[in-house]
Amino acid sequence: MKQEIQDLDVLIIGGGPAGLAAALRLRQNGIENILIAEREKQPGGILRQCIHDGFGLTRFREMLSGPEYAERFIREAEALKIPLLTNASVTEITPDRVATVVARDGLRTYRARAIILAMGCRERTRGALAIPGSRPAGVFTAGVAQAYINLYNRMPAREVVILGSGDIGMIMARRLTLEGAHVQAVFEIQPYPSGLTRNIRQCLDDFGIPLCLSHTVTKVHGERRVTGVTVQKVDDGFRPIPGTEQFCSCDTLILSVGLIPENELSLGAGVKLDPHTRGPIVNERFETSVPGIFAAGNVLHVHDLADYVSLEAEELADAVTDYVTGKDLPDCSVTVTCDKNINHVIPQKISLRESINLSLRVNRPLADVKVAAVQGGDVIAKKTLKKALPAEMISLHVPKDRILPGKELEVRIL
Amino acid sequence: MRKTITCIICPNGCLLSADVSEPGTDAPVTGAENPRSIDSPVTGTGCPRVIDSPVTGAGCPRVIDSPVTGAGCPRGEAYFIQEITDPRRTLTSSVLVKGGELPLCSVRLTDPVPIARIPDVMKEIRKMKVEAPLESGTVLIRDVLGLGSDVITTKTIRRITAAQ
Repeated sequence: MKQEIQDLDVLIIGGGPAGLAAALRLRQNGIENILIAEREKQPGGILRQCIHDGFGLTRFREMLSGPEYAERFIREAEALKIPLLTNASVTEITPDRVATVVARDGLRTYRARAIILAMGCRERTRGALAIPGSRPAGVFTAGVAQAYINLYNRMPAREVVILGSGDIGMIMARRLTLEGAHVQAVFEIQPYPSGLTRNIRQCLDDFGIPLCLSHTVTKVHGERRVTGVTVQKVDDGFRPIPGTEQFCSCDTLILSVGLIPENELSLGAGVKLDPHTRGPIVNERFETSVPGIFAAGNVLHVHDLADYVSLEAEELADAVTDYVTGKDLPDCSVTVTCDKNINHVIPQKISLRESINLSLRVNRPLADVKVAAVQGGDVIAKKTLKKALPAEMISLHVPKDRILPGKELEVRIL
Repeated sequence: MRKTITCIICPNGCLLSADVSEPGTDAPVTGAENPRSIDSPVTGTGCPRVIDSPVTGAGCPRVIDSPVTGAGCPRGEAYFIQEITDPRRTLTSSVLVKGGELPLCSVRLTDPVPIARIPDVMKEIRKMKVEAPLESGTVLIRDVLGLGSDVITTKTIRRITAAQ
C-alpha cells in the first residue's frame, strides 16, 4: 500500500505558544502552505493548564492567565485559517524532513521544506532522581498535579510535601492550599531557592508554608498510597547527612525538580543537542545542525516567560521564511561557549552579519556581577547586574561590529 | 520595628526597609523577612494547620514611620508602602461547567483585593456553577464582596455536542 506523501512548506510540531507564534508570523510573511501538528485535543500547549496570572506583561502590558494568553494567538490563527491538526502525534522526522504523523483518521506522511520543532519540555521525575522506597500512588510531578486539578477537575492530594522550590512547585503549593489541601513544607536540596522571590512571597509566605533549604527526600513510604516521606539535611556535596532523618506524614509527594526539553523526535532526525540545555544546538537563526530543521521555545531551552517564547518563535519564523524562499542564511562559524559560572548560552553558533542577543543563565545566585562576551582575550560586550539568579534568563547584546571572525566567543563572569 | 522586604517588581530585587508600627497596639509588627529556611523540617503533627486566612494579611493596619530606604526606583518605594499598609493579591481558580467540552472554566480577579479577604472570595467562587457555552472574559461576579474587583472567565468553553 503506497503511503501518499503530502508536501508542505513548513511543518510546525507543537501548537503551544512557540508553534502558534511561529505559524502566525509565517502567515504574515506570506508563507501559505503550513501545518501545525498538535497532539492534544486543543491547541495552547502547557498554557491550557497554567491558570495563574503573570502572562503577557511585556507583550500585551496586561496580567493575563495562561489560557487567555494562548487564546490571543489561537483566535488569530483561526481567523487566518491556519491549518491545525489536533489529536495528531508526530512519531518520526527524518533528516530530509519527512514526518510521520498518527492522526485520528490514521497514518499521515508529510514532506516539508522546513520543520519547526516546538514540542516544549517535560518534567524530571522520581525515577530520574532515584528516590528510594516503595512505589505507592501519590507521587506526582507538579505539572501532573496541575493538570489533574485544572483540566480534569480531580483533587489529587490532601496532605502534601513538595520537593523542589521550582516555580511550578510553588504555584501548586498555593493552588493546592486554596483548594483545601494542607501543604506542610517545600524542601529544596540547594542552599538557595530555585524559583523566583515573587513566588516564594505569594505562594509560600502568604500561606505560612515553610521553605527548608539544603534538604531532600530520601525515602517514600506506603503500600497502595503514600503514607509519608523521610526527609534529610544534605551537606555541601548534596549527600544526605546521617542522623538528620525526619519522617513527614503525608499522602502526596509533589516533585518540582527541573524541566527537560523534549527532543526524542529531534534525535531521530540527527539533530545535535547541547548537553547544557538538553535542547538542540542552534545558530542565530534558530537553525539546528540539520539544514531546514529549526527550534524555538522550551524545546530549545526552558524559558521563564511565555512572552519571550513568542518573541523567539517570531524571530525563528522570519529565519524560516528566508530559508523556504531561497534566501541565503549566513554561515555561522563563530562558536559560543560559556565558563563554569554560566549554565548555558543560546545560540551556540553565530555569524558576523548580525548583532546578536545572547540568552544565558548563571548556575547559582550571584550578586554585583559583570557578564561579558570575550573573544581572543578581549571583552567585546558587557552587562552589569546587581543580581543574577538561575531562575531568571539574562540577555546580553553583542553588536555585530565587535564580533571577530574565526575566534570562539566565551560568555563569562568577570 | 524595622521591617525589610525584597521587592518583586523587577529582577533587581532591592531590599526595602522602613520603621513600621501598628497604631492602636503597643505590640510591634512581628514577622521576619523570608525566605524562611529552617534547620529542622516540619513534620505532619508539629506543623500548624494552615488556617483560612493568609498569614501576612491578618492583623491591624500598619503605619510606616520612616522613609523607605533601599529602593532602586520609585516603583519599589510604592510597592513597599502598598505591601505593608494594604497588601493585595489577585486570585485565580476554576469553576464547574455544565454541558461544556471541558469540566472546568478557569477564572481570575480583574484587580487585586486585600489579602485577608482571599478566603472569602474563594468561598464565593466555589459557589459558582456555570453553563456552557462560555466566552473568555465573561464577568461571573461583578464587584465581588464589594472589594472593587470582578471575577471573570479566562477560557472559552464550547458547548458539548452529540458528536463528541
